[in-house]
Amino acid sequence: MREFFRTHLQRMATLFRRRRLEDDLDEELRSHLEMAIELNLRKGMSAEGARREALRSFGGVEQTKENYRDQRGLPMIETTLQDLRFGLRMLRRSPGFSLLAILCLTLGIGANAAVYSWVEGILFRPYPLVSHQEQLLALTGTARGESGPTSISWPDLLDLERSSTLIDSFIVNKIMGTTLSVGDRAERMTGSIVSANYFDAIGVHPILGRGFESGEDVGRNAHPVTVISYQLWKGKYKGDPQIVGKTERLNGVIHTIVGVEPEGFYGTFVGWAMQFWVPASMEEIFEAGGYKLEDRGARWIEAYVRLKPGATQAQAQEEISAAAKRLEVEYPETDRGCGMQLWPLWQTPFNNAGTLLPTLEIMIVVVVFVLLIACANVGNLLLVRSFARRHEMTVRLAIGAGRGRLLKQLFTEGVILSAIGAGAGLLVAHWCRHALVLLFPARGGVAMHLPGEMDWRVLALSAGVCVIATLLLGLVPAMQTGKIDLAGALKSDSAGVMGGGGKAWVRSGLVVVQVSLSFVLLVGAGLLLQSLQRIRNTSPGFSTRGVMVTAVDLVSAGYDVQRVQNFQDELLDRVKALPGVESAAFARMTPLSYGSFSSTPIAVDRYQPMPEEQPTVQYNEVGPDYFRTMGIPLVSGREFTRADDEKAALVAVVNETMAAHYWRDRNPIGERLQVKGRWMQVVGVAKDSKYQSVREAPMPFFYVSRRQNFSRGGDLHIRTPLSPETMATVLGREVHALDPDLALYEVITLQEQVDRSTSPQQVAVTLVGVLGGLALLLAAIGLYGVMSYAVSQSARELGLRMALGAGASNLLRLVMKRGLALTAGGVALGAAVALGLTRLLGNLLYNVSPRDPLAFGSAFLVMTIAALAACFLPAWRATRTDPVQALRE
Amino acid sequence: MPNSQSEVLQGTLDLLVLKTLDSMGPMHGFGMAMRIQQVSLDLLQLNQGTLYPALLRLEQRGWIASKWGVSENNRRAKYYSLTRAGRKQLEEEAESWGRMSAMINRVLRAS
Repeated sequence: MREFFRTHLQRMATLFRRRRLEDDLDEELRSHLEMAIELNLRKGMSAEGARREALRSFGGVEQTKENYRDQRGLPMIETTLQDLRFGLRMLRRSPGFSLLAILCLTLGIGANAAVYSWVEGILFRPYPLVSHQEQLLALTGTARGESGPTSISWPDLLDLERSSTLIDSFIVNKIMGTTLSVGDRAERMTGSIVSANYFDAIGVHPILGRGFESGEDVGRNAHPVTVISYQLWKGKYKGDPQIVGKTERLNGVIHTIVGVEPEGFYGTFVGWAMQFWVPASMEEIFEAGGYKLEDRGARWIEAYVRLKPGATQAQAQEEISAAAKRLEVEYPETDRGCGMQLWPLWQTPFNNAGTLLPTLEIMIVVVVFVLLIACANVGNLLLVRSFARRHEMTVRLAIGAGRGRLLKQLFTEGVILSAIGAGAGLLVAHWCRHALVLLFPARGGVAMHLPGEMDWRVLALSAGVCVIATLLLGLVPAMQTGKIDLAGALKSDSAGVMGGGGKAWVRSGLVVVQVSLSFVLLVGAGLLLQSLQRIRNTSPGFSTRGVMVTAVDLVSAGYDVQRVQNFQDELLDRVKALPGVESAAFARMTPLSYGSFSSTPIAVDRYQPMPEEQPTVQYNEVGPDYFRTMGIPLVSGREFTRADDEKAALVAVVNETMAAHYWRDRNPIGERLQVKGRWMQVVGVAKDSKYQSVREAPMPFFYVSRRQNFSRGGDLHIRTPLSPETMATVLGREVHALDPDLALYEVITLQEQVDRSTSPQQVAVTLVGVLGGLALLLAAIGLYGVMSYAVSQSARELGLRMALGAGASNLLRLVMKRGLALTAGGVALGAAVALGLTRLLGNLLYNVSPRDPLAFGSAFLVMTIAALAACFLPAWRATRTDPVQALRE
Repeated sequence: MPNSQSEVLQGTLDLLVLKTLDSMGPMHGFGMAMRIQQVSLDLLQLNQGTLYPALLRLEQRGWIASKWGVSENNRRAKYYSLTRAGRKQLEEEAESWGRMSAMINRVLRAS
């Protein structure tokens, strides 16, 4: 055994000192022959005879050397190295081919790796530094009669936690925000309200100070402590090593900073980087809607659970569902019809994983298409070259190279190409890994955080893609060499590609596949674009033009309820007095913004709920003139006025869907509605509008008077024909006049608000559009390549036709016909595939049929134009064939 | 065994090389070729070239060592010498060869 290693080690070593060993061998053999010649001369032979005799008895010098080399080194590796060297030389010799092939592969593999890194960083390993993410599941509530998931109340969560045996920890994580001054700027910061076990449960430990201690999430406003992020520590606090123990005013309440999290930890919310964390006991300070830790009906929590080792999602779901059933029975007033649901992390419905999931799913299909098209292109290029190298191959076969050896050589060339392509592709992916976020606008003044992750799993997957690409690439010329026959290859190959005979079907087939794949992508892009237009053109039910929205952060400035109310009243008066302002109103929430409306259980006189139904409706708190400012028409009744204040009778405005559902054919005006135990009188019915998403179906919704249900937050809505920039300057002045310490948020139009809310669709359109364009370009290059080659190969045929009297237009038509026939085949195949595949877009499409004729028609048009362009140059060249020269060759 | 004849020949050649170096001391390849032909009374007609891969193989196994030297005619040549491991190998192989040939002899005589 030792001998074996010794031998192979020595053999391996030879790989690195080939040159010297070759010289050694040459010299040894030369000295042997010289000694033999000398001996023969002494025996009396002639100089020539002595030499011949020496060589004869030695027996084949080159053969000996070859045997010696085989014994010396490792033949497998040596021939591979030889192939590599040869392959690189071949690639250098035709730089145009190599560059084009490598470019195609770079795009194909790069697009794949970039999308994998997004999928990994956003869906599968979204939370850097969090341990064992594969054991984490998202937890939401469900409510009968509601399609989407709901939030969970704190008491329900505690009960679940007590009864669970399969779940290691329940982790509460609710996103919120505050404004902090960094330097002289007021910056919006995202933070999380978390359970006290948060940092221990996710296994992230502070680099300074501590995390939260158990018990810190109990007691109303009892533990004003916060843990801050590394970026906040480095940015606002300049990396102060004594930071622990210092205080910061968060939403007006002094908090003690107790810890700093490590660099690279961004919290557990896909889409935003968290800057600070507070325990759940401080909920009231950061959440609208009052103190909720003891209110079973107040559902506000988003949560994760960590499974115990060995437990499955299905088992845990069963246990949780059983617990939810018990809660329903035990607390029917608040929990009737409510369930609990677990989700794998990548389907998390409450953060941007859910928003991006459909887009990323589509992207995976799209990049696979692009890769296939790129491979088909490179395969075609290789094929053209294998024709050009037919002579070389034939000679090598004739002098005794085995077919296997030839295949290995061709395969090695494929490996070189795809390795370089993969290297460059990974580089591209590395640059693009954080690019996704660039497509999203900042929301609420905070840039989104959507990092890609280039970990070993992404690298392994890309390597796999590269191997598949190599196999595909190696396959094409391999099929071709298999067919070389010595006698045939020496005769000139007269298969006129124009006539479609011979081996052209492989190349044509590849082009048809390319055309069909890019046609599918074009259809997809068309569908998404149309769907985006439909979304944009859908009326949200309120005016999008001439209405602006902004806010002033009073909470973090430490204003109490009374001061907030006074400030907002004063500001409203000033704004209304501004020239150009038609009306203005405060409301707690702007529709289609990221935050969610409060929802509340309601009761209506004479409305009998179904046995399992828990009537729950979302609502907004709006000020006087809200409907006029927003441009939401009232169907009947009146809107709120200044008279609807604390002292007046409680009033509400319901929307049409709510009126139809709870009052059927009765007129709701003057009827009673119970909200949180208080009876209100319905004074108006408003037209339906969009609340959370442009794509939502009409849903029940109602409005209450802001003065009768006051909370400190609130957005200012202004109806004016002025531009947002002008408005921002004027408003800024007014705000400063009232309190020089206050900062104004950005002023945006409601159209901007609508556009931002459709950014996932926008992103899908952009990505599919860009890659579809890329695919179209690749396919056009492929078509152009095939047609050019066909023209150059059938110069003789074309020349003959010309000599026989065919005019330029005949030849032009001949070539174009062939090119368009290929395109037609590709489009037909692509249309069939597209009909089957566009269903996958399902969720991303809005009011557009997956078989929309307009999308198919425009894809057809674009494809035809691209094909005409790609075929025209070769066809034109065909008409320039010189018949005399073509026939003489 | 794909090629039993060359296996036998290879083994024989190895043994001859080891024995030659054992009795003659360090030698170059040409000298060894001459010596083997001479001792075998020209009965063994080997292509001298086949000696070199064999020498390399023995060296890789550590049974012989080589270094460049100067021949009696003032010519640079590679000299091979037996190593300790080679001497042991020679003894083992000579013994097994003796046993083998004795056995074959017995078999041939018995019939």
